[in-house]
Amino acid sequence: MSEKKIVYSNKNYLNYVKKLDPPTKHFKNCLAAFGVGGLICSVGQFFRYMLEYAGLSGDELAGAVSVLLIFCGCLLTGLGVYDRIGRYAGAGSIVPITGFANSVTSPAIEFRTEGYVFGTAAKMFIVAGPIIVFGVFSGVIVGIIYCLI
Amino acid sequence: MTEEILNILFMYIKAFVVGGSICVIAQIIINFTDLTSGKILVFFMLAGVVLTAIGVYQPLVEFAGAGATVPISGFGYLLANGAIKGAEKGFFYAVTGPLTAASAGVSAAVVFSFIMSLIFHSKTKRS
Repeated sequence: MSEKKIVYSNKNYLNYVKKLDPPTKHFKNCLAAFGVGGLICSVGQFFRYMLEYAGLSGDELAGAVSVLLIFCGCLLTGLGVYDRIGRYAGAGSIVPITGFANSVTSPAIEFRTEGYVFGTAAKMFIVAGPIIVFGVFSGVIVGIIYCLI
Repeated sequence: MTEEILNILFMYIKAFVVGGSICVIAQIIINFTDLTSGKILVFFMLAGVVLTAIGVYQPLVEFAGAGATVPISGFGYLLANGAIKGAEKGFFYAVTGPLTAASAGVSAAVVFSFIMSLIFHSKTKRS
């Protein structure tokens, strides 16, 4: 009987918290995501033009642009700047490839205290691992389908 | 000459708008559901793979440049594109194609992250 009472009061409490929670500012959030996400893509476009000018092309160019952006993402994460941008921009900082870099570097730095092998190296892909797992899996399926067609 | 500068400027605007729009879609999903950032990344990457496989993403990349390749769906595009290109050469290359195409990004993420973990300490305590 007492258990039932606890569940009931928990529910009440959750409703109470929900009432006090400030409403999500949808428009402001989306505007921040649009601005920051767009800006990161423009930086990517800038790198693209610069490297094209340096004489790269095709796959090499695309690869070099993502490597540069990942480097920026890792460095900003290390400096602690990226998490501050993330608090403001939400998805605008998560979805670009720099967000992928952030999701690899963050745990790598965070778990360093547990050692380089079982801390940094083992926990590095704790967030980004699923992306690579599902990415490779779905990519191989696409390859097989295209082979059969 | 002026036309060339206008073209470059227009390309930046296209990259900004398309890349920003992809981020807004993700932000709307985050606002209305309780999905964590890891799941959002997986969904957008899978969307990139599927859209590339059915041939929708390639025109978007040609239109918006970095606006379509920089978001994580561009990573999916890279994987699927590697698979499609590999499939032309044979079954073996269709299987190795995705990771081959994505190797630059994954290697960079591993190498730079490890270097950063050597240099920097956790910032969470300070903020």
